[in-house]
Amino acid sequence: MKGIAVSTTVNGDAVEFVCDARETLLDVLRNHLGLTGAKEGCGTGDCGACSVLLDGQLVCSCLVLGAEVEGREIETVEGMADGDRLHPLQKRFLEHAALQCGVCTPGFLVAAKALLERNSNPSESEIRYALAGNLCRCTGYDKIVHAVHAAAGDLRRQQKARKKRKAAG
Amino acid sequence: MPEVRLFGGLRDAVDGAESVRVEGATIRELLQSLGREYPRIRERIGQGIAVSIDGVIYRDNWDQPIPEGAEVGLLLRIAGG
Amino acid sequence: MANDSKFTNQKFKLVGTRVMRPDGVDKVTGRARYGADASAPGQLVGAILRSPHAHATIRKIDTQKAEKLKGVKAVITSADLPDFTGGEGELYNVLENCMARGRALYDGHAVAAVAAVDAETARRALKLIKVDYKVLPHVTDVDLAIKPGAPVVQPGVKTKDKKAAPTNVANVTTYGHGDVEAGFGKADVIIEKSYKTEQVHQGYIEPHACLASVGPDGHGELWVTTQGPFAYRNWCATLLGMEMSQLKVTSSEIGGGFGGKTHVWIEPIALALSRKANRPVKLVMSREEVFRASGPTSPTSIDVRLGATRDGRIVAADAAMRYGNGAFPGIWGEVGAMAAWACYDIENVRSVGYEVLLNRPKVAAYRAPSAPMAAFAVESTVTLMAEALGMDPVEFRLKNAAREGTRASYGPTYGPIGIVPTLEAVKKHPHMRARLGKNQGRGVACGFWFNFGGQTCADLIIDVDGTVGLSVGTVDVGGARASLSLIAAEELGIPYEEVRCNIADTASLGHNDMTDGSRGTFSSGMATIFAARDAIEQLRVRAAKAWGIDVKNVSWKDGKAIAKGKRKSLTLKEIAEASPNTGGPISGHSQVVADGAGVSFASHICDVEVDPETGGTKVVRYTVVQDAGKAVHPDYVEGQFQGGAAQGIGWALNEEYVYGKDGRLQNPGFLDYRIPVCSDLPFIDTQILEIPNPNHPYGIRGVGETSIVPPLAAIANAVSDAAGVRMTHVPMSPPRVLAAIKASRAEKAPTG
Repeated sequence: MKGIAVSTTVNGDAVEFVCDARETLLDVLRNHLGLTGAKEGCGTGDCGACSVLLDGQLVCSCLVLGAEVEGREIETVEGMADGDRLHPLQKRFLEHAALQCGVCTPGFLVAAKALLERNSNPSESEIRYALAGNLCRCTGYDKIVHAVHAAAGDLRRQQKARKKRKAAG
Repeated sequence: MPEVRLFGGLRDAVDGAESVRVEGATIRELLQSLGREYPRIRERIGQGIAVSIDGVIYRDNWDQPIPEGAEVGLLLRIAGG
Repeated sequence: MANDSKFTNQKFKLVGTRVMRPDGVDKVTGRARYGADASAPGQLVGAILRSPHAHATIRKIDTQKAEKLKGVKAVITSADLPDFTGGEGELYNVLENCMARGRALYDGHAVAAVAAVDAETARRALKLIKVDYKVLPHVTDVDLAIKPGAPVVQPGVKTKDKKAAPTNVANVTTYGHGDVEAGFGKADVIIEKSYKTEQVHQGYIEPHACLASVGPDGHGELWVTTQGPFAYRNWCATLLGMEMSQLKVTSSEIGGGFGGKTHVWIEPIALALSRKANRPVKLVMSREEVFRASGPTSPTSIDVRLGATRDGRIVAADAAMRYGNGAFPGIWGEVGAMAAWACYDIENVRSVGYEVLLNRPKVAAYRAPSAPMAAFAVESTVTLMAEALGMDPVEFRLKNAAREGTRASYGPTYGPIGIVPTLEAVKKHPHMRARLGKNQGRGVACGFWFNFGGQTCADLIIDVDGTVGLSVGTVDVGGARASLSLIAAEELGIPYEEVRCNIADTASLGHNDMTDGSRGTFSSGMATIFAARDAIEQLRVRAAKAWGIDVKNVSWKDGKAIAKGKRKSLTLKEIAEASPNTGGPISGHSQVVADGAGVSFASHICDVEVDPETGGTKVVRYTVVQDAGKAVHPDYVEGQFQGGAAQGIGWALNEEYVYGKDGRLQNPGFLDYRIPVCSDLPFIDTQILEIPNPNHPYGIRGVGETSIVPPLAAIANAVSDAAGVRMTHVPMSPPRVLAAIKASRAEKAPTG
């Protein structure tokens, strides 16, 4: 087995690792980098529990090879909070009880973040279709959709406040 | 002497009877009497059964008293998800 | 008082509020550790070789080449495990399901396992194991399996008569009372219908996973995703000949179980590999393995006969219920037979359960196991009867519903129950008056589940700063830590935030039965109340000591010790701070058999839209009404209602194990075994009823399972209403609905 040396950025930090050519990005995150937030629910890209952002794009990390991420930027659930301040999505998921067992939650949070970055005011059906690649077996999705909707409002308010501050300053 | 109704597969162990009368002021005593009089039921009791007293179902609480005139039933110990 | 489980009817300050769960931050930041998230120094990776045949004799397994591969540290087959032949049947069966012994009974049955330095080496080693199979005829269909001449799955199994020829019917059980045939004699209308449901999987997102470590000294540790660490400990120790106290099992966070994680699958294998290699072994199932070799619920075939008088009274009911058990005998048909008619007050009633063996994986509990299929058959027929009598289906159900004092079809007489209130709530619900659009239909159905309690133990420690640690032994599957913390805080009279609930491992607390049977909050809630009462006793003793008075003059109110003649009270915090010098640590403990779980009822309303061109069905509106006894944390009660409904919707419309002619599972993945996704579902409306359980201090009943019982029938009634043709086969997938519509059109079309 010959390893492939890879330099990449994970949650803003420069990271280097050596992986086997067959290892997925999910294997690398979990087994080499100690980031076990992304889960393997299926290994075939059907459940979304391993969702991460790769150069800002939502991917199933089980479908990306570790060797493919050379020079790219990866964001995982572990990088969502700003220091000790939870991301509005994380906060709203807790407030709305949008998780029961919680194993799909990291994937949902990352997928919802990807949605809100391209659409700050999604409708219910836009939320539902954007999250259709993430399976949850506990909640029936009801409280997840409500939480994402509420977080979208928070983010819009944050953005508005930022703009106001900029205009004033 | 309480009348014990037996349900489902438990009847096989008492020769198909729907109910039997055995001594017992508690679930433990009742099960002991049943085992003495119907040895074939011992295996079923060992595998786990449930006892209903006036509609309330008990599984492991064998100290539970059986009031005079209570409706007593012997049931399958079900599994849950 | 201390261990009195009678309903107190107290006014709650905290119970019933929507607080944040204590394990929440870990779960939204990726820190929570699930089954596959733990590692150990020197850990090996395990992998399992599985049978590609549905039924075969295993003539020989040659592991030599695999053993010689560099990096392979252990290879095991059944020869490396205890042989329970001639011993207790259930032990033999459980272990044989974990590892085949001389025969493979279903596609995916484990035949050998390896532990190696990495996953790639383990996979290569599996390929080097040579298994010599003699393929045997197989059977995977419930109706075919009971036909004469069908291949016999377990030659040792005979129905009743030990001298009879082997059969695939492992057991037949009958429930009911009255004279059914005489009852039908009095009926004005009799409806007979046959139904079929396909096999479905619990579909937890987290596959089975564990990290096992056993040393030559006989000590062992197991980190595992499970609904019951104590049960897993007991099973694993017994199966492997270990002492229970030498094996410590720690439950990881659990990524869904729904009954599937109440049975051992890979865990004894991981421990056996570790014992042989003398290294920790991590063993994780792939999704394909989860589908092929763990947990599905029964496929069924059910015949129902229902008789009623013209004035709308059910006078006779009968059901024959054939439940596939997979390759090992279980109790699933019997449970179905018990649950079938439980919603109704019927004078003459019978249900017969058949345990049918198939070359399919061993059936495991799935959320109110066996009840949804029974409800599908019964509730579809009940609606048909209402239609035949020209009665409103809700009124017809109300007229025949079980009440307090009704003798349940499965035996006991009911205490206070919630079926009538859920139906009354349905009747009043605005959903029932909403207008239906084109191609839309509405269905209503009821559901029942037993619920149970069981052995439970809890520890409650008062720290010197006055905060409280609560240890329970029932795994938290969806918010229980929040509910139990609320209960502890309520009982002690302190703020919720000052309680921290932990799930204990098997070495740290007395035995706890599993989180199953909707028992988590019911049982551990009861144990928590008793542990808190025990701690309060000690708090009173310490306060009395501080005051120099007799403890009987001290009472506890709102988190404080008070006594007549003492103007100042002593708070829990003050007593805790003084504890080192008033007798040392303060803790409360309780160990109970939490019996008296209240039976649970629900009624669901469902609107669907059926596309007559494709046969596709969309659920457009869904309402769940269920009795919770007392909703400790309403968010998570609603979550249980919604989650169960969603699983039921998947079962009703899409989910299905598809076996090929070769007896192999054709769709062992989430792409082809399609569970509902976010865009498939509407918001699921919930209404919580609270009819207190008289046998719980807070009136709690279990809430976890009942919500999956009505959906198959509610949706079948709705689809039948929308499509104008009665659907009798679940899942009502587009091809089935389309075929039914076409057949009905052909029937209605004028001939010639």
